[in-house]
Amino acid sequence: MAIKVHGYAMSTCTARVLLCLSEKGLEYEVVPVDVANGAHKQQPYLSLNPFGQIPAFEDGDVKIFESRAISKYLARKYKDTGIDLLGSSSLTVSTIVDTWMEVESHQFNSPMQAIIRQMIVNPIFGIATDEKIIETELEKLGKVLDVYEERLSKCKYLGGDFYSLADLHHIPYLVYFMRTPKSSVITSRPHVSAWWNDISSRPATVKVAETMKV
Amino acid sequence: MVVKVYGPAYASPKRVLVCLIEKEVEFETVPVDLLKGEHKDPEYLKLQPFGTIPVTQDGEYTLYESRAILRYYAEKYKSQGTDLLGKTVEERGLVENWLEVEAQSYHPPIYTLTIQILFSSKLGFPRDENLIKESEEKLAKVLDIYEERLSKSKYLGGDFFSLADLSHLPFTQYLVDQMGKEYMIRSRKHVSAWWDDISSRPSWQKVLQLYPAPSKN
Repeated sequence: MAIKVHGYAMSTCTARVLLCLSEKGLEYEVVPVDVANGAHKQQPYLSLNPFGQIPAFEDGDVKIFESRAISKYLARKYKDTGIDLLGSSSLTVSTIVDTWMEVESHQFNSPMQAIIRQMIVNPIFGIATDEKIIETELEKLGKVLDVYEERLSKCKYLGGDFYSLADLHHIPYLVYFMRTPKSSVITSRPHVSAWWNDISSRPATVKVAETMKV
Repeated sequence: MVVKVYGPAYASPKRVLVCLIEKEVEFETVPVDLLKGEHKDPEYLKLQPFGTIPVTQDGEYTLYESRAILRYYAEKYKSQGTDLLGKTVEERGLVENWLEVEAQSYHPPIYTLTIQILFSSKLGFPRDENLIKESEEKLAKVLDIYEERLSKSKYLGGDFFSLADLSHLPFTQYLVDQMGKEYMIRSRKHVSAWWDDISSRPSWQKVLQLYPAPSKN
């Protein structure tokens, strides 16, 4: 198979790529990486992703890493397959999508990653949960979500009136976050909540989320 | 109508300035004083609801997030100035790959070093020496990977200068100048050659001349 994703289902960044592939209806193979035994920090994996992070991606001879670059590559290369996830019809439209992908990267990701680490990752490794970190990061996340609430009161999706990578990039962490007791941070904001209900019930989201088991 | 770029004294807006010069696009700048908190003024928040810089205004068209702005202008003016994106979907894929690396792996530690070393006393908090040490170690590991990459590839995204390299200019300039950590670059042969190449581009030299950084702590 030409498209290979090196990773594993539980990984949020792998899920980001799998969501994109599912939305586009593309065939792909997941090549499991033996993270438990440190395979991602050694060759041959390092030749696919020199940072030793998950996932890595191959499409024939094309080799890319960084989940957000992979999803964009797929959206561009397979523009005419399945739905248009970038708003490619016009540069001004696709730039709005790009802006909200940047917002996800630079405003949403950091507090969310910290919260998920404390609430979901640490317990797996027997590391104590730091409530103070959770509190601080929830406050930061709250401020970001206030901006999202305003945005989504004017627009059905973050990138405009169509579902795009700007929304999709948020899904992996939200799948885990909504399983925690702190999910009210989302449900208490009506437009953010409606947006989550919409994007989480998409068949591609349901399919990938089912495989995201801790 | 000329593009307006907000916050030229600071690093992130300088990504946009050097891109516009490479693409031969005229612009004006609008100062924003971060130390006076102008980025949190209600008027500014109408332009950028997250209260960060830069913002660009192109007539009625307002954009924020520096890397989104870079991609927009690189795409819009594809047929003039330097090609910063690559000619094929595959070339673009690699440019995006390494631009993500800059955003996700390079930027966080170098940003922490910038705030701690250059702005802590102006912002009113004590330097955290542990955090500085940790961030320098993280950055060193990233630079080791860059050294390997640049031993095989003239530029990060491939054999041409692209947004992936350009995005590194402003904060790396802080690293080698004001932060006094030029050794991190010079001790890595291929990173050193790459830095000399990209930082000596006339576009970057012009940005440094016209928009000096704020004075340090």
